[in-house]
Amino acid sequence: MRKKIALTVNGKAESFEVDVRESLLEVLRNTLGYTGVKKGCGVGECGACSVLIDGVPIDSCIYLAVWADGKTILTIEGVAQDGELSPVQQAFVDEGAVQCGFCTPGLVLTTTALAESGREYTKDELKRELSGHFCRCTGYQNIVKAAEKAIETCRHDGSCGNHHPADHYHDPEKQEGST
Amino acid sequence: MYDIQNYQEALTLSEATETLTRNPRMRIIAGGTDLLIKLHGGQIEAAELLSIRNIEALSHIEKRPDGVISIGPLATFTQMTQDPVIKAHVPILAEAAVSMGGPQIRNIATIGGNVCNGATSADSASSLFALEAELVLISSRGSRVLPISEFYLGPGKVDLRAGEILTEIRILPRHYVGFGGHYIKFAMRKAMDIATLGVAVLCKLEAGNILAEVKIGLGVAGPTPLRCFEAEAYAVGKAVSTDVLNEVGRLAIRSAKARTSWRASKEYREHLIQELVPRALREAIVQAGGGEIA
Amino acid sequence: MAYTIVGKSVPRIDAVAKVTGKAKYTDDFFERDMLVGKVLRSPYAHALVKHIDTTKAKELPGVKAVLTYQDVPQIKFATAGHPFNLDPSHQDKADRLILTGKARFVGDAVAAVVATDELIAEEALRLIEVEYEQLEALLTSEAAMKEGAPLIHEDCPHNILSDRGFRMGNLEEAFLAADTVVEGEYETSMVQHCHLENHISYAYVDTHDRIVIVTSTQIPHIIRRIVGQALGIPWGRIRVIKPYVGGGFGAKQDACLEPLTAAMTLAVGGQPVKLNYSREECMIDTRRRHDFKFKIKSGVTRDGKILGMHIEAVSNTGAYASHGHSIAGAGGSKFRYLYAIPAIKYEPKTVYTNLPVAGAMRGYGSPQMVYALECHIEDIAKKLNLDPIEIRRKNLIEIGHVDPLSQNKIMSSGIRECIDKGKALIRWEAKKEAYQQQAGDKRRGLGMAAFSYASGTHPIGLEIAGARIVLNQDGSVQVQIGATEIGQGSDTVFAQMVAEVLGLPIDRVHVVSEQDTDISPFDTGAYASRQTYISGMAVKKAAEEIKAKILDFAWGLTDIPAHALDLKEQNVVYKHSGESVLPLAEVALSTYYDTVFAQPITSDVSNNARVNAVPYGVTFAEVEVDLKTGKIEILEIYNVHDSGTIVNPRLAEGQVHGGVSMGIGYALSEQLLFDPKTGKPLNNNLLDYKLPTIMDTPDIGVAFVETHEPTGSFGVKSLGEPPALSPAPAIRNAVLDATGVAFNQLPMNPQRVFEKLKQAGLI
Repeated sequence: MRKKIALTVNGKAESFEVDVRESLLEVLRNTLGYTGVKKGCGVGECGACSVLIDGVPIDSCIYLAVWADGKTILTIEGVAQDGELSPVQQAFVDEGAVQCGFCTPGLVLTTTALAESGREYTKDELKRELSGHFCRCTGYQNIVKAAEKAIETCRHDGSCGNHHPADHYHDPEKQEGST
Repeated sequence: MYDIQNYQEALTLSEATETLTRNPRMRIIAGGTDLLIKLHGGQIEAAELLSIRNIEALSHIEKRPDGVISIGPLATFTQMTQDPVIKAHVPILAEAAVSMGGPQIRNIATIGGNVCNGATSADSASSLFALEAELVLISSRGSRVLPISEFYLGPGKVDLRAGEILTEIRILPRHYVGFGGHYIKFAMRKAMDIATLGVAVLCKLEAGNILAEVKIGLGVAGPTPLRCFEAEAYAVGKAVSTDVLNEVGRLAIRSAKARTSWRASKEYREHLIQELVPRALREAIVQAGGGEIA
Repeated sequence: MAYTIVGKSVPRIDAVAKVTGKAKYTDDFFERDMLVGKVLRSPYAHALVKHIDTTKAKELPGVKAVLTYQDVPQIKFATAGHPFNLDPSHQDKADRLILTGKARFVGDAVAAVVATDELIAEEALRLIEVEYEQLEALLTSEAAMKEGAPLIHEDCPHNILSDRGFRMGNLEEAFLAADTVVEGEYETSMVQHCHLENHISYAYVDTHDRIVIVTSTQIPHIIRRIVGQALGIPWGRIRVIKPYVGGGFGAKQDACLEPLTAAMTLAVGGQPVKLNYSREECMIDTRRRHDFKFKIKSGVTRDGKILGMHIEAVSNTGAYASHGHSIAGAGGSKFRYLYAIPAIKYEPKTVYTNLPVAGAMRGYGSPQMVYALECHIEDIAKKLNLDPIEIRRKNLIEIGHVDPLSQNKIMSSGIRECIDKGKALIRWEAKKEAYQQQAGDKRRGLGMAAFSYASGTHPIGLEIAGARIVLNQDGSVQVQIGATEIGQGSDTVFAQMVAEVLGLPIDRVHVVSEQDTDISPFDTGAYASRQTYISGMAVKKAAEEIKAKILDFAWGLTDIPAHALDLKEQNVVYKHSGESVLPLAEVALSTYYDTVFAQPITSDVSNNARVNAVPYGVTFAEVEVDLKTGKIEILEIYNVHDSGTIVNPRLAEGQVHGGVSMGIGYALSEQLLFDPKTGKPLNNNLLDYKLPTIMDTPDIGVAFVETHEPTGSFGVKSLGEPPALSPAPAIRNAVLDATGVAFNQLPMNPQRVFEKLKQAGLI
C-alpha cells in the first residue's frame, strides 16, 4: 500500500510515494539518502534516529513515514549552513562531545531544538531534555558541556542558525491557543 | 518496515467510528510509541491500522466552565508536562507525564494511548486513578462514560469494546479542587524506564493538619493500577503525624496485589509501597497547604 | 619531555564528519539490488535439530536463498579476534559452525534466509519448519560441571573449556607465616557492550570472484582470516573493508556475523546481501562479558602485608568459546603488577553453558578480577582494622619489578601519586571525619579501588602493527594504518604522532580512517588497549623513516648533510639552529617532478613489539545509600590514571568518562537476565537492560599522573580499557563504608540492596 506525501527536508520540498509500512527513518535514509539518521534500536529507546519534525525532536524509527506529510523536517545534514558548522556542532567538536559518533546526530539535533527555544536550562533540566539519547562512549560528560556552551552561545547571539524554529516547543505560553 | 497490511487515516471522529464499525479488525494508532514497538517485536502481525492522529478535536486540554478538566486522548505527554491548566490544577499529572520515557517519546506518545494500552506500569495511570478520572468512549452506536478504575480489566486488557474510541479523559472538580498531590515513580533509571512502582497520592486538609480526604493510586502494584481504599479510609479524620503516615503505608499494602517478576520481587514491591506511600503523602500534604512533618 | 603537538588537546580529526552526519558507517552504503539476510534462531537453549524443512520458505516470492547447517561448510572455526598462532596447540578453540544443527543457546543460528526485503525475509523465517529434540539446558556453571551433565561440545569433558592457571611462590609457606587468613567470595554479572551501532555487515562477490565484506569491526585483518577459515577458501580471496564504526568495546573483536554474511552472498551468486542485527539480536548473539565467581583466600600479616593469595575462579563462557579460554588467563595476569604478593595460586575454570556467548569486553577479565581483588583487599583492611588506603600502599609493587611469569618489567609507575591525587580530589579525610556519626535513612560513605593493567598482549599474543606514510606534492602526508578507529580517537592520536615527528600542523596529516585489507598495512586491530602503545610504535617508526628519506632527499637538493637537518613547521631547517633551509613543500614537489632525481617518498613499516607497559589508576567514590529503598546514589567519583604520556588530554579524558560510566552501570544496574528454567533472554533490549542514561550519570572527575614509559612512543601507556576497571569495587567499598554491609555480588541494584540490607537487619 503506497501513499503520496509532500514534506520539506532540510529546506528542500520533496514529494513522493511511500510504502505505508515504512518508518520515517527508512524513508529518510533509503529514499532520500540522509544517512546521518542512525538506527540504534528501532524502538525509540536509544535516540540515535532523532530528527526535528516541525522543530520538535522525534524518534524517526517509530514514526510512520506517512505521518510526515506536510511536515518540515531537519536532519543532521541540514544543520550546517553553507559549509559552516552551527554553534551546536561547533560546541560538540570543541568540547570533545564526539567519540564513535553514532549518537551524535541525534544529540546535535535535540540540542539544536533546545538552543533555538531561547530558554535557559539548569543542568538538571538540560540533562532531562537530553535523556532520550543513549551514549556508551562519553559518559555524557562532554555532551552536557557542549550543550551548555551551545545553548549559551545561541542565547547570546539571539539565534542558532535559523533552523526552522519550533514555535511551540518548550514554550507553554504559545500553546494556550490550542486549549 | 513494519508488518502493516492496511492503513487508513480518519480526519473526523465520525469517520473513525464508521471505519471501525465497518472493519472491527482495525487497531487505533495515535502516537504509535506502543503499537509500533509491538509490531517490531512481532507481538502483532499483519496489522490493520486506523490513525486518529489527525483528528484535531481530540488533542485539547481545557478547563470547562463547570470546572471539569477535559483532556483529549491525543494530548501528548509533553503537552501534559507544559500545559498551564494541568500545571495549575492537577500538577500531579504533569509530574507523572514528565517521568515517562524521554523527551522524544513524550513529544509523540499520547495520554489516550497510555490509558488504552492497559499497562499497570502506565505512567499516567496511578495519577488518573487517584484523580478518579472518567473516560468518555464513543462508537457509532453511542457513547458511555466510565470511571477509569472500571476501564482496566487486566494486564494489557481494557474495556474498550469493538468500534469504540476513547475521546476524552475528564477530571471532575470534586476530585481535584483543594487537593495537593505528589507522584513518585520508582524505577532503576531516572529516565527511559518503566516503573518498579508508581505512587500517586492526593490529599485534602482541614484545619491545617487534619486529613480530610486521601486518595492513593498505585501502578505496578497489581495486574492493573489500583486504589488503596483501606489506607485512604484509615487516614480520613486523622491529624497528620509520622505514625499516621506510616500506618497509611502499612495499610496500602493490603490493597496491593504485587507479584514477583524478574523485574522485582513481591516482597520488595510491598516494601516500596510501605515506604513510598508515606513519602508521597508527606509531599502531598505540603502541596495541600500543610506543614512539613519532621 | 616537551612536544609540539603530542600532549595537546587537538580536536578529533573525524569530529566534523561526525557532527555533520557525513561519516559513513556500514549501513550507510548502498549497493544496487542489495538483498537482506535474516537468521532463524533456536527457541531452545539446548536442542538437536532433528528435521528441518525449508520448502515453504523457498517458495515464498522474494526469497532468494534459504540456508541451513547442511548448506554451509562443515568446518569448525574459532571466532576470537586474536592473531593467528602458528602453533596449533595455542590456536583458539574452533567450536563454531556458520549455522548449527545443534542449538546451544536460545538464539543460536540454525538457518538463514536471503530475500528482497526485511518483511519477506521475516515471513520466510516463519515458514521454515524445524523439529527439535530438546536436551537438558545447562544454565549455570555449576549445572554444566556436575557429574553426568550432557556435553555442550562433545570434545570438552565436564564442559570445562579451560582450566589453565598458574602458581608462583610457595603458598603453603605463606599461609603458615601469616598472622591471619581472610576469605571472601565475589560474584560479577553478565553485561553487554551496548555500542550504539549494532553489528552489521554486507558482502558481495566482485568481478574478480573475490568476496568483499564491508563490516563494523575492530579487527578487519583478522576477519579476513576467520572468514577464509570458516568457508574453507584461500584467505586472499577475501577483502574486508571497515568504514566508520559506532563503538565496539570488544564485541566487534570477534567474527560474529561476517562468515554468515559471506555464506549468504555465495548462496545468491554473489549478489550483495546485508545482515543487520537488531538490537535484540545484538544483545544475545554477539558477545557479552563473562560472569565470574571468585573464592579468594589470603594470608596476611597483622600489619597488612599480604603474603599469599589463593584465587579460585569460575568463568561462564556460554555456548561457544569465543575468547573464553584466554579471558580467565588474562584476568589472572594483569592484576599481578599492582601488589607485590610473593605467593599466588590462581585456579580458574572456564565453563561452557547454554547461555549466549561471552567474549571480549573492555577489560578482558580484569573488570571481574579487579572487582574481586579490590573488594577482598577492603575486607582484609576491615578485618585487621587497618586504613584501606594504607594497606594498599603497603603492598604496592615498585618500579623495576619483573613479573616472574610474564617477565614484563615495570618501567614506570605513578600509582602512589594516583592514590594521593584521588584522595585529595574527593577530600577523603574531611569526609571520613564528617561521616563518622550518621543517623537517619540516608547514609554516606567513601570507597576507593586501584588497578594495574597492560598495554597489548605481549608475551601471550603477537603484537604486530603496520603503518604507511606517503608524502604528497604539497608537503602534506597521508597516513595509513591497520589499526582501527572505532570511536576511541586513535586516528587523531596517530595524526598527532606523525605531525610531531614531521614538524607538521595537524591539518597537513591526512589519516585514511577506513581499513581495507587489500590496501591497509597489516595490524591486528583495536583491542587490549594496544593501539596508542603498540600501533603507535609503528606509526612513529614510519614517520621517522619518511623523515629520514625527506632529509636525505633535501641533502641532494641542498648539499647539507641529512644529519644536520631537521623538519620544523613545514620547513627543512638546520638542526642546530632551527634556521629554515627550504620549505618542505619544495622538497616534496621535487620528489615527484625533478627530472633527474624524482622519486616520490613513502615509508611502509611493520613493528613487532615484544614489550608491554603497565598502566595504573584508581577510582575514588562517594555514595549515599537510601536504606529504605535500597537506592545507591553516587555523589562524587574520580578516576586518576597513570597512562604514561597523555597524547591528547581531551580525548583521554573522554575515554575515562566513558569507562567510568560503564563501570557505574556494571556496579549498580546493568545485567543480562535469562529465564532460569528455559534460558530465554528476559531483557535483551535497551528498555529492560539498564544502561545508565544521562540523568543517571554523575559528574565524573578525571585526573592524570603523567609518567614517561621508556618502551612507549613518546612515553605512552594504554588507556582504553583501564577506566572501566576500578569504579565497581570503589563504589562497593563506599557502600560498605556507608552501611557496614559488604555487597559481594554485582550489580548492586535496588532489589539486591534491599534484600541484603534486610538480611543485615537494617530494614
